[in-house]
This record gives sequence, C-alpha cells and structure tokens, in this order.
Amino acid sequence: MTTLTPPLTWIDACPAHHLETALGLATLLPDLHQVALFRTHDDHLYAVDNLDPHTGAAVICRGIVGDHAGEPTITSPMLKHVFSLRSGHDLDDHHTHLSTWPVRHHHGMIQIGTTPQGTP
Amino acid sequence: MEKLVVIGNGMVGHRLLQALNEGDHTHRWHITVVGEEPRTAYDRVALSSYLEGTSAQDLSLGQVSGPHVHVHTNERVTTIDRTHRTITTHTGRTLPYDRLVLATGSTPFVPPVPGHDLPGCHVYRTIEDLDALAIDARTARTGVVIGGGLLGLEAANALRQLGVKTHVVELAPHLMPTQIDQGAGALLQRLVTDLGVTVHTGSATTTIEPGPDGRAHRILLGDGTHLDTDLVVFSVGIRPRDELARAAHLRLGPRGGVDIDHTCTTSDPTIHAIGEVAHHNGTIYGLIAPGNAMAEVLADRLLGGEATFTGADTSTKLKLLGVDVAGFGDAHANTPGALDVVVNDAAGGRYAKLVLSDDATTLLGGILVGDASAYATLRPLVGHPLPGDPLALISPTGPTTLGTHALPDSAQVCSCNAVTKAHLTCAIDEGAREVAALKSRTRAGTSCGSCVPMLEQILAESGITPSSALCEHFTHSRTELWEIVRSTGITTFSELITSHGTGHGCHVCKPAIASILASQGNGHILTGEQATLQDTNDRYLANLQRNGSYSVVPRIPGGEITPDKLIVIGEVARDFDLYTKITGGQRIDMFGARLEQLPAIWTRLVEAGFESGHAYGKSLRTVKSCVGTTWCRFGVQDSVGLAIRLEERYRGLRSPHKLKAAVSGCARECAEARSKDFGIIATDTGWNLYVGGNGGFTPRHARLLARDLDEDTLIRYIDRFLMFYIRTADRLQRTAPWIESLNEGLDHLRAVIIDDRLGIADDLEAAMAEHVASYTDEWAAVLSDPDKLARFVSFTNAPHTPDPTITFTTTRDQPVPAPTPLGIPTTRPTMETTR
Ligand SMILES: Cc1cc2nc3c(=O)[nH]c(=O)nc-3n(C[C@H](O)[C@H](O)[C@H](O)COP(=O)(O)OP(=O)(O)OC[C@H]3O[C@@H](n4cnc5c(N)ncnc54)[C@H](O)[C@@H]3O)c2cc1C
Repeated sequence: MTTLTPPLTWIDACPAHHLETALGLATLLPDLHQVALFRTHDDHLYAVDNLDPHTGAAVICRGIVGDHAGEPTITSPMLKHVFSLRSGHDLDDHHTHLSTWPVRHHHGMIQIGTTPQGTP
Repeated sequence: MEKLVVIGNGMVGHRLLQALNEGDHTHRWHITVVGEEPRTAYDRVALSSYLEGTSAQDLSLGQVSGPHVHVHTNERVTTIDRTHRTITTHTGRTLPYDRLVLATGSTPFVPPVPGHDLPGCHVYRTIEDLDALAIDARTARTGVVIGGGLLGLEAANALRQLGVKTHVVELAPHLMPTQIDQGAGALLQRLVTDLGVTVHTGSATTTIEPGPDGRAHRILLGDGTHLDTDLVVFSVGIRPRDELARAAHLRLGPRGGVDIDHTCTTSDPTIHAIGEVAHHNGTIYGLIAPGNAMAEVLADRLLGGEATFTGADTSTKLKLLGVDVAGFGDAHANTPGALDVVVNDAAGGRYAKLVLSDDATTLLGGILVGDASAYATLRPLVGHPLPGDPLALISPTGPTTLGTHALPDSAQVCSCNAVTKAHLTCAIDEGAREVAALKSRTRAGTSCGSCVPMLEQILAESGITPSSALCEHFTHSRTELWEIVRSTGITTFSELITSHGTGHGCHVCKPAIASILASQGNGHILTGEQATLQDTNDRYLANLQRNGSYSVVPRIPGGEITPDKLIVIGEVARDFDLYTKITGGQRIDMFGARLEQLPAIWTRLVEAGFESGHAYGKSLRTVKSCVGTTWCRFGVQDSVGLAIRLEERYRGLRSPHKLKAAVSGCARECAEARSKDFGIIATDTGWNLYVGGNGGFTPRHARLLARDLDEDTLIRYIDRFLMFYIRTADRLQRTAPWIESLNEGLDHLRAVIIDDRLGIADDLEAAMAEHVASYTDEWAAVLSDPDKLARFVSFTNAPHTPDPTITFTTTRDQPVPAPTPLGIPTTRPTMETTR
C-alpha cells in the first residue's frame, strides 16, 4: 500500500460478506463524500468516487464491473463512461478521473481510509 | 450564374441534381426544377413496397438542397418557347433558361380498346396510382392485369398481396417476352400459376364492358372468351412523355422519344433530355440504370467535362415472392453465331440459359428463372471470357464456387450505378470495411440491390471479414452466443466466458448475455450471478434518471385501468412525492424515486394488484390500443381485449432491444400500430399483422406480414416472429433493421413464419409457450426475497439516508431534479443509439 503523509483514519463501510463480487455498494463518509466499493472476481477490493464526474450523479456503484485489456473497470450507468478501478482514469478521456480511496478487509469489516489516495 | 431549368423531378432528374450538387464547386449553375407530382423524387423502382407498408416518406430519395437549387412540386410545364428560351407552367409561371433539361420520364400506355377509361381501370406508375388501386382492391375479389411483362407481373403480385384473385392477360405467347425466351417463359408461367395467379398468354384484349354500376366488369378476349373482374390494371408498356418536345419541334425518334446524341443533347444545343423520355441510337430505355448513366454524363458535360453516353446495360432481375427472373446481356441470342447452354430443370423449378460467343469463350448474356442467385456473379462477366465450364456456372452449386477474383477489374458489379470491380477495390483500399461503407462511397448496391451479395464477396475476398464480435471478450455474435447457450445448456455467464470467451466481461457483453440467459428461462434476473450482469435499470427494476433517482412504471395492460387503481397510483405518487406523467405507451410514469424508496413504493403497488411494467428492460413495453368495438362507433374488432391478451402473453419477455406493440380496432388506426415492432389492425374478417415499425431516431412504418388472420393464428405468428427475432437479431438491433438484415427481408420472414420453410415454427412456439408458463412478476419476487431486498439501500453504513446529491425544485406544481452543479450531462459521442 502507498505511504500517505497525513495519518489515515479508517471507517467501517460494511461487514465483508455484504460486498458481493461485481456488485458495487456506496458508503457515505462523514464529510458527505460518497465512495463506491467493489470486489472483483479475484477478490480484490477497490474504492473510487461514487460521483460520476461527467454528470454529477452519485451512481458509479451501480455500474457494471468488467475488464478492458486486463484492466479492471467500472462503467458508469449514466452515459457508459468506462473507468479503471485501479487508477480511476476514464479510459476514453484522460482529463477525467475518479479519485481512488484506500480500502481494506479488517476483522471481518470492509474499511475505507477517509482521505483519498489522490488523483492518479 | 447561368440558369438551368429541369422539367421533371423523377428518379433521373433527381440523379442529375445530385451529381450537379456534388460537382458544381464553382457555382456555375442556378438550378430550377419543375415537377408535376405532388412530392419530390421517390424510388419508383421500389414502388410496389408502398403497398406492403413502406411509406411515401421512406420511398423519398431525399431533398437536394442548396442556395442555388429550387424545386417546385405540383407544377406542370405546358410549353417551351425556344426562341425566347423560356418555359411556362400550368400556373402561368414563366421561367427563363440558358439550358433546359427534359427529364419527364414516360407514361403508362393505355391501349385504346373500348372501355379502357371506365372506373375501375388503373395504371401502375405513381404513388397516387397505387393509392387509387389500393382503394378499389379493398372491395374487389378479382382483378385482371393486362400485360405480362416485368411491370405487369409486379402489378399482379401486388394485387395478389392485396388479397385479390389475380389474372394476367398477355398478348405474346409467353410471359416477359422482352426479357426471356419461350422455355424460361413456360417455367415462369408454371411458377406464377403455383402462386395462385391465372395466366392467359396469346390473348388479346378487345373490349372492356361495364357492369350495372358503370364500372369495368367484363374483359372480352380475342378468342371469343371473356373474364369477369372487379378491376383492371393496364401494364402493356410505356410511352415517353415527349409532348413538350414534339410541340417545340425538337427531333424525335421514329417511335417517339426525344432524340439525343452521346452528350445527351437534343437537336437544340441548349436543350438536353435524359431518362425514359430520351431516344438514343435507336433505343428508348425503360430502366433506371441507363437513365442514371445519362444523368451522370449530362452533369459532367454541364460542368465542362467530356463524358459520353454510349448505350447501357438492360439486364433486369425481378423478384416475385420467391420467383426469381433475370435476363442479362444478349438474352435472346441475337448476336450472329451465338451459342446457348441451357439447363431446364422442370422438377426443380429452375431454368438457366447462358448465351456464348460463337467460339464458346465469351459470355454474351443469359436468362435465369426460379433461382437467380447466379445473376450477381454472371452479369458482370458479360463481354468477358468465361472463367470455367459454362454448365458448371449454372448448375445448382455453380455460382457459389465462382469467386469475384474471376472478374476483370473493368467488370461492372453494379450496373444500376455503373460501378466496376476496380472502383470497389479502390474504395476498399481507401478504408471501406463493410457493405454500408462501400455503398456510401461508390453508390454500388443502392438502387436495385441485386449486387449486394457481390459486395460482401469482394470484401471477404479482400480479406475483410465484417466483425460480428460482440465485444473484446467474445469473438462470437449475439446470434452465435444464443445458439451456444442453447446447445450447450450453459446457464451462467462465468461458464460461458470461461468456455467461449476471454477476460471477465464488460458493460456490452454482460447485459447481452443476461438477456440471452433470461430468454432461455433461467429464473429471476437478479438471482445469483445474473444480478451482476444487469444494467442499472434491470438491477433495480426501475429506470435511472439524470440525477440518480429512478422512475417507476407499473404495467397497465392495453392502457385499460380501473378508477380504483388510478387512485392508488395517485396516492403512491403523492405520498412519495413523485412527479407523474402519462407516457406514450398508455400508462403512467412516476419519477424521482430514490433507490431505497423503491421497495416501499412497490409494496403498495403490488398490494393494489399492479405488476412490473418492464419499462426498464429490453423487453416488451406495452401493447397500446384504441377502444375498438367496446365503445367506438367505427370499431370492427375488440382491440382492447386483444391488446390485453397480447400484453399479458409477452410481458417479461427479454429481447435484443425493447419491443413495442399496438392494436387498432379499425383501419382508422388510432393506436398507431404501424409505428410499432408489431402492430395489429382489425379488418372486417380478422386481423392484419404488421411488423418492423418504430419511432425514434430513424422512424419506420411496420410492413404487412399477413392479413385477415383469426386470433389464434395471429398469436401463433406473433409467437414465431418474436422468438425468431430474439434468437437471430444482433445486440440492440430493433425489429426493423433486423428484418432488413435478413437476406430477402420480409419475404424471408414470411417464409419462416408463415410457410415454416426452416421447419422451426414448432420449436419457436414451444419456446414462447415456456416463457408464458414461467412468467412471474419480477417485483413481487423481489419483495418476498430478503437477499434481493437488501440491495435496495442508499449507503452500506447508512441504509436509509437519502443520497444528499439528489435534490428537487418545483415546476408546474411537481418535483423535478434541481440543476446539478455540473450542468447538463454531456452526451457521449460513442454512446450506443438504437440501430
Ligand atoms: C412499378 C415499377 C417498377 C419498376 N421497376 C424497375 C426495376 O426493377 N428496374 C429498373 O431498372 N427500372 C424499373 N422501373 C422503371 C424506373 O422506375 C424508371 O426507369 C425510372 O423511374 C425513369 O426515371 P425518369 O426520371 O426518366 O422518369 P420518372 O421517374 O417517371 O420521372 C419523370 C417525372 O417527370 C414528371 N413530368 C413529366 N412531364 C412533366 C411536365 N410536363 N412538367 C413537370 N413534370 C413532368 C413526371 O410527373 C415524373 O415525376 C420500374 C417502374 C415502375 C413504375
């Protein structure tokens, strides 16, 4: 995991078994940021912004999980923009991205770090 | 600028405009077109499809527009004044010209037999002619077409399809005497007779006698016999509309037609003639290809070019519901010393003749009847050495083995638009990768369409296989995947991608395969892994709106609803603060529901007896109806009852794209059934079934599949139609483009659905029966399943907290989304649109 300068606070998102493979969920952070959580087929966890940067709707968690040339992806259900789950980049439009967030499996809970890992 | 006036806005006049518009970069010409018909140019070659439901708008060849082009419709030119270089129209308008073009086409010849002008006598040339014919055909039982040539047979087929018992009377000893010989004519007559058309060859029409109502009633024939009839269509030939030229003393051909030279110029150097009105070197051409060639030559000349018209190909291919007839090149073997090779397979219903040069090396022409699939390959070979044994070329297996590499570069693949093989290979080198691109770049295949198989072949032989791969994860097309799922019994996406794909899927293949799995009966669409394949709408059984909220649409079959149920909808909308709107599909849409509200809303709706309306799915939406005989003074059948029966039968059926339907209770068509994927219109004796309509970006009128059906037959046909579509259409392909994509289009569909030519009708019906038997309401199932219900939460850590980004303002007393800080969502240029 990347080393981050400010100390990281982890908050509980949900019990680990609530997050099903390829079915995203949204978590509301105390500062009202929304984070979309995903578990991919290889049991990897990903957390990215839930707000679709193209439309402003908080819907990323409701998109379809997939892959593009091996890169895990999430497609926004709004206008079908495809983002890398790893980097948050919009694969068609490199000026747009989702922030990615630290995420971990901890004592049976999925936890999110409350500071974004930043912008890729 | 110089003034160009064109008289006639038919097919050839239109081609001239197109060519000038594309080529006149220096704006040399100010063009005025005067056309007599009430509309701008349309595809006369495809005129008969108008009776099958193609609209006048679909037939339109489009407008040629520009600041220097003016087209006047509904206006007839009455005189040409060559001295002052003006023309005058019937409205009194006078227009000056520097150059004048006659593109006035021709008019059907009506023989001056007594009674030729009685009511009930028709010709077959314009949309108005067909309108008049269709009206008379409604009440007619018997119709007689006088003339058994190409157009006469086309008219006979049209009458037959209008449900009229049809006779054809031909003066010559066999049908289509201009194009084919006696042997081919005999076979054609047999095949046409098998279709229920009665043919009288060697028969002269002497008189048409009226009945007591004063309408054409009896046709007296030369041999003393007669035919009783309700209507008559004359199709004995055409005459060039050379009356203006005649009055202006231009030189005419010996049998009429405005005489032109190789530059398409008449005896007056400022006046030109093109198309069917022109007489060139002893010939008046009655086909579109030579007319187009003249238009191109004249456009080139008017723009300073040196093109010449040296005559044209008169090959023809006709299709009469399953009977192919083609004649090409020197079909009658008029070339001195010409040799024939004939295959006359009476049992197989095929006749093929090749005409060869006296040394049997060069193809001069030929005739094909019963199976003209070799036409596309053989016609371009005319004038070229034969690539192999002539008999092998016309044996049933021959043509498919003959590749396009056998063609020389100069061979015309598309004779309608004079496109050679070299033009096509050049376009491919420049990047054309599919038939559509070849068509738009070269115009090949855009007129009669008979060369389209050749275009496909040339592409394939250039090493280009049109990619039908679903996406990067599957090299198969949707149709192939449907068959794989069916034959392997695979029931999950994971199994399918492991065995037949690569990677883990995407937003393209996952919903497509979810639909395939659903249409083969795999339980609730949100069970197990299936939930992960669904687009957001299917995943939450509601329609996502721009601010992240959803709309809710309960099913209201046929648009019929009780006051109590209406009140429930009103109460639910009021209690959850939803915006309501009546939809075009005769139901009510409630907008602005948040994800976590959906179960509570549906609990109320299901309690009141509502079911999911599947507004969110690629599936049957609604079957719209008018009130029919229940209330309407004009209704002839119970349209509401049928609409409800159909909507309840096909509800929940997953398909390649959404499906819309409607039922109208009479010919007034208040339910707009012909704008639907399947539409039903009541007749006095049953139901007419139309298929392949849609609104949207490219509106289409549905076309008649079958007429006067009883309700059970109707439902059987719809079962077969829908299942065949579900099995074979591409992803997101609606019924209209799907039908177009079938080889032979609607005819093929009729063969599969009505004649069961593929022998799959029982299978299709069984699949539909299974769907009907296994249908359950998707929303009721979710409400009774805690695991599925658990997914309807806003946040994992705050399941009932509303999404703070969803906010509303009020417009006209209803809640609507507050503008988002990001403004209007940008549309994606690559986003899928309805294909
Ligand atoms: C049912 C049918 C099927 C056909 N099928 C085929 C086929 O399969 N293959 C094929 O090659 N060809 C076919 N044809 C023939 C083809 O349609 C014609 O060759 C073609 O339309 C000729 O074009 P044109 O412009 O010369 O004449 P038209 O298309 O007839 O246009 C002439 C126009 O000029 C107008 N006009 C005439 N006089 C005046 C005036 N004084 N003032 C103003 N306007 C005037 C007319 O109203 C008309 O609109 C078919 C024709 C019909 C009717």
